[in-house]
Amino acid sequence: MGYDLALRVWRGDRSGGDHGDYVVEVEEGEVVLDAIHRLQATQCGDLAVRWNCKAGKCGSCSAEVNGRPRLLCMTRLSDFEEDETITVTPLRGFPVVRDLVTDVSFNYEKARELPAFSPGPPDADGKRRMMQSDVERGQEFRKCIECFLCQDVCHVIRDHDDNKPAFAGPRMFLRYAELDMHPWDTNDRRKLAQDAAGIGLCNITKCCTEVCPEGIKITDNAIIPMKERVADRKYDPLVWLGSKISRRDRREEP
Amino acid sequence: MAHEFETHSYDVVVVGAGGAGLRAAIAAHDAGARTAIVCKSLLGKAHTVMAEGGIAAAMGNVWSDDNWQVHFRDTMRGGKMLNNWRMAQLHAQEAPQRVMELEEWGALFDRTKDGLISQRDFGGHRFARLAHVGDRTGLEMIRTLQQHAVALGIDVFMECTITEILRSDGRVSGAFGYWRESGRFLVFQTPTVVLATGGIGKSYQVTSNSWEYTGDGHALALRAGASLINMEFVQFHPTGMVWPPSVKGILVTESVRGDGGVLRNSEGRRFMFDYIPEYFIKETADTEEEADAWYDDKATNRRPPELLPRDEVARAINSEIKAGRGSPHGGVFLDIASRRSAEFVQRRLPSMYHQFKELADVDITAEAMEVGPTCHYVMGGVEVDADTGASVVPGLYAAGEVAGGMHGSNRLGGNSLSDLLVFGRRAGLNAAYHAGRISGARPSVSDQDVTTAAEAALEPFSDEGGENPYTIQKDLQATMQKLVGIIRKRDELAESLKELGELRERARHLTVEGHRQYNPGWHLALDLANMLLVSECIARAALEREESRGGHTRDDFPAASDEWGSKNLVLTSSPDYEISVREQPLPVMPGELQQLFEEK
Repeated sequence: MGYDLALRVWRGDRSGGDHGDYVVEVEEGEVVLDAIHRLQATQCGDLAVRWNCKAGKCGSCSAEVNGRPRLLCMTRLSDFEEDETITVTPLRGFPVVRDLVTDVSFNYEKARELPAFSPGPPDADGKRRMMQSDVERGQEFRKCIECFLCQDVCHVIRDHDDNKPAFAGPRMFLRYAELDMHPWDTNDRRKLAQDAAGIGLCNITKCCTEVCPEGIKITDNAIIPMKERVADRKYDPLVWLGSKISRRDRREEP
Repeated sequence: MAHEFETHSYDVVVVGAGGAGLRAAIAAHDAGARTAIVCKSLLGKAHTVMAEGGIAAAMGNVWSDDNWQVHFRDTMRGGKMLNNWRMAQLHAQEAPQRVMELEEWGALFDRTKDGLISQRDFGGHRFARLAHVGDRTGLEMIRTLQQHAVALGIDVFMECTITEILRSDGRVSGAFGYWRESGRFLVFQTPTVVLATGGIGKSYQVTSNSWEYTGDGHALALRAGASLINMEFVQFHPTGMVWPPSVKGILVTESVRGDGGVLRNSEGRRFMFDYIPEYFIKETADTEEEADAWYDDKATNRRPPELLPRDEVARAINSEIKAGRGSPHGGVFLDIASRRSAEFVQRRLPSMYHQFKELADVDITAEAMEVGPTCHYVMGGVEVDADTGASVVPGLYAAGEVAGGMHGSNRLGGNSLSDLLVFGRRAGLNAAYHAGRISGARPSVSDQDVTTAAEAALEPFSDEGGENPYTIQKDLQATMQKLVGIIRKRDELAESLKELGELRERARHLTVEGHRQYNPGWHLALDLANMLLVSECIARAALEREESRGGHTRDDFPAASDEWGSKNLVLTSSPDYEISVREQPLPVMPGELQQLFEEK
């Protein structure tokens, strides 16, 4: 049942650090986060790691396992050979704070730049109506648990810090798309997506979709439709004007 | 010794950024108060995110007969009449408005055929009443509130822990805390603090709660001179995962039963029919045919026994397991696969499907889940004024799980998210009003208090060669699970108090390695003091209450007693943390509300 797992964990802070090699006893059915917790409780009391729900619902325990961005709580030890060394490192796309904890404030700054949802008036009886099919498009994007793995893996910013001011990243494109597809929202977000969020920089390599633990089709269902709508607005002002006048048309895909 | 700290000044400081904290901050901000949110985790990670089933609100979108009186009655009966009636009334009356407000802020709820917010069945609720988003309603709620709070520009102090409420002449003057990242100290100068810190589940071994649930708000309130009520009532959710060991305790939403799932023992029997208590016999189906017919026809059929309140179902599961009729990994079977189509299950319960598939290799559309009770919620909390959320300490407010009274001895599923919204808003508004009223005479923070708080926070670094905090936390969890768990006895409770005393002594001499920068060992050492204090409150109240009611089951007093049913237990602490318990009569419900219980 149980066995000794060879674990290699990056330890350090902003000034630098190195991998530490450890041996941790693990049990059947455990995940990488269990091994990290046992290491913390028995050998390295000050090992820094973020976590909350331990059920893949909060998106706190993002890190890289053998170089691949993962949620530590959803990465099962049974995916690896028992004699394989598992290497756990902090997200590379963000500055390290300590050990496995990174400074993800970039994502919160970008969230602040996004104009709020702005609905029109409710129906005459004070209630609001929308069809389940309309709700479902946005719901796919609202499954996002903000683990920021998509932001970590996106190569527009992963190795190009200088792009960060002009590029909000896949997580925020989900938000732009979600609000743009919301049947009640009255803002036109296409110019914002292009100018402020930099959606044009994305060249659709789908890395974000691949790592999404919620299985959201970020590229196909959010970014590409959003890019098309931006292009539509950009190159055809008459279409844009028409869509502003006719409520229904505004909601259709080009 | 002088300690360095940064200072911030606000009218309202909200501690906690779950549903109650965010809603309180939005309300305080809307009332014109300069408002800050302080939270232990990143914004959007609070435990509310784990809530699955839905928000209970008598909107009448699915069953037009539903109204606040029915919801009020369900809530009071679910809590075995120990609820603060006024809180239960406000909650039932205001919940629909609070849900619709979330839509104004961008929430996308599942819809009815007519395009209204859809509502689902849940235990203890007479009508389908829970507004929901698949089985990830908590995520939708927290994201909506988070995005709205960010849009309003409310200041958020993320990964920042409050360790002390500061007072001047008995009134709130501020709060002291540290940044988790740097370990540096902060002082908030504020005449009001809203506690919205959630619960205490991390004091138990098997729990659905996250690391944050260390009873911080309960302990902060107690140390600031406030009182706690109903601490003996701890909810063990009937269905947590039991296997593999790494996920033991993780929640399996009640929606599985609300959407048609049933509980079976190792003999394949739907055993809940054997556990229908006298109290609910009139409204519970006694045949499988009637139970199954109820989902579509609530007028002529009674509710399935799987949808009894959580305390009843948890005790029944516990009994089946003890009688040797459990599942291979020590739970019972929860079966929706044989009852609903795979398409239905995947659409209604997507995150349950995902959770079992990823973590347990179980396909819930094809086979039964194994489930067992898990510590989920504390009904007890800070004693507050029903209308305002004010504690007895001027300037100190509490809302959500950290507040007591609303749920009596047992909370109905779905009533938590609505509680957060209704009382979060009320506490935030009233904190803002309080700050406005005393704006000319704000209490000031004393240097001495800051020094004392800083020294207390650094205490864990001072000893060398002691135990590490993880070991003590593990032993605390074992004590609470074994001696103050789902079924309790006098001698075991007395033993728990002895063990808690020993743990407290050990905690005084623990040792933390490393330095102040993002050091989870240090953070735990500070949280541990709160856990120990609150655990003792639970054990003391549980020893005192000699009856069984809701989330408090005494093996030696198996029946509910009318005498105990008319009083709360109130806990307070002396300055040196000696806890005392006293009895206090329940507030008396007015006649017109009492009538609601006499008609049926």
